Amino acid sequence: MNHLSEEDLVLHYYGEEGGPSDAGRHLEECSECRRLYASLQSALDAVDGAPVPERDPEYGARVWRRIEDRLESRPKLWLWSDPWRWAAAGVAFAGLLAAAFLAGRFLPGRPAPAVAADSRVRERILLVAVGDYLERSQMVLIELANANSSGGLDISAQQARAEDLVSETRLYRQTAARTGDGAVAGLLEELERVLVDITHEPAHLSPAALDKLRERLQSEGILFKIRVLGSKVQREEAPDEPPARQRL
Amino acid sequence: MEQTDAALVGQARTGEPDAFRVLVERHARSLFGLAYRMTGNESDAEDVVQESFLRAYRQLKSFDQRASFGTWLYRIAVNCSLDLVRSRGRRMEVFAPAGDEAVDPVAEAPSASPGPECLALSGEIRQRVAAGLRRLSPTERAAFVLRHFEGMRIEEMSRVLGCQPGAARHSVFRAVQKLRRALEPALSTVK
Repeated sequence: MNHLSEEDLVLHYYGEEGGPSDAGRHLEECSECRRLYASLQSALDAVDGAPVPERDPEYGARVWRRIEDRLESRPKLWLWSDPWRWAAAGVAFAGLLAAAFLAGRFLPGRPAPAVAADSRVRERILLVAVGDYLERSQMVLIELANANSSGGLDISAQQARAEDLVSETRLYRQTAARTGDGAVAGLLEELERVLVDITHEPAHLSPAALDKLRERLQSEGILFKIRVLGSKVQREEAPDEPPARQRL
Repeated sequence: MEQTDAALVGQARTGEPDAFRVLVERHARSLFGLAYRMTGNESDAEDVVQESFLRAYRQLKSFDQRASFGTWLYRIAVNCSLDLVRSRGRRMEVFAPAGDEAVDPVAEAPSASPGPECLALSGEIRQRVAAGLRRLSPTERAAFVLRHFEGMRIEEMSRVLGCQPGAARHSVFRAVQKLRRALEPALSTVK
């Protein structure tokens, strides 16, 4: 008997399409899947209990009073309202992160235990940043790899995200190269090339161009390599977590 | 008779400020709930609500009136929340000195009427929910909040997140997987 996968059970829990059509019947008949499903239910029920602070009925009116005067003129204080400033701040932050990481690795002269602890924290911070970066890159590539190519595709949204990712890639790649992580630096270089090429494509991809891009992703195995590195990062990011189970 | 969102958007586009005021008053509370779940912080959620309405107002001309205003507004709020969470490096807090003992306001906010559910969420389970939510990446948290708390279908959620349904489903799946692993030890003790 084929058991239900964790993904099938999640889809069944939310009543989403895409899982096996007879998941309900299978759960009635299979005690093992039923037990795993019950475990999933208890976890999600526990999350349900997290409350949100109430806002009174006048809240909307208060929000209006706060924004009313700002509707006609563009606000100047919001960093994120200006994409260039936002991008510059992002790059600066990533630069600081990289500098902190390198400082932790190379600066001598502090008491050994503190240096070790600081270095570990910095390494984990970098791992988290790289993990998030890899996930966002993977999402862009998966969207392109899984897109329906029959009528061509507008990829302007993916291009905008790829452009943001390129500047980050360079920083992480340079950091990895300096710290001797040759394999990571190599993969990031490969990823950077793919992302740069995506930004240089026309915003509307013809079915043939999309197929070509998809073939390239497949032949270079870039998605697989990202997944492998992502899993490695995840493992190092959470060393205190219990070992992953094969299924639920 | 109460005007529809579409009618109000039409009026706001012609420069009628009162129309946009009605939209703000109508959607602010639900938007706050979404922003709070996304950011895990009341003051950040307030900022997100205000910024979302400001962005929406500026982009009214590009809004396709055949679409739902609520879904469009949610999409803006999700993007504002993601920008904020990423800019403030919420995930870095995993490495703050308090570690997993630190609590997430999403799980810690006081409830007006603590019932059996709140009591059941106490102690270790509460801490693990908080730790589990903190460990989600911004994208996973957004996907999980939209699917689990907002009850959004994956198809609709993918439109809000601006990604393909497969990618949205994958994010929900990863979020649930991480939360389940974070909670499993505590839940098996309860049993």
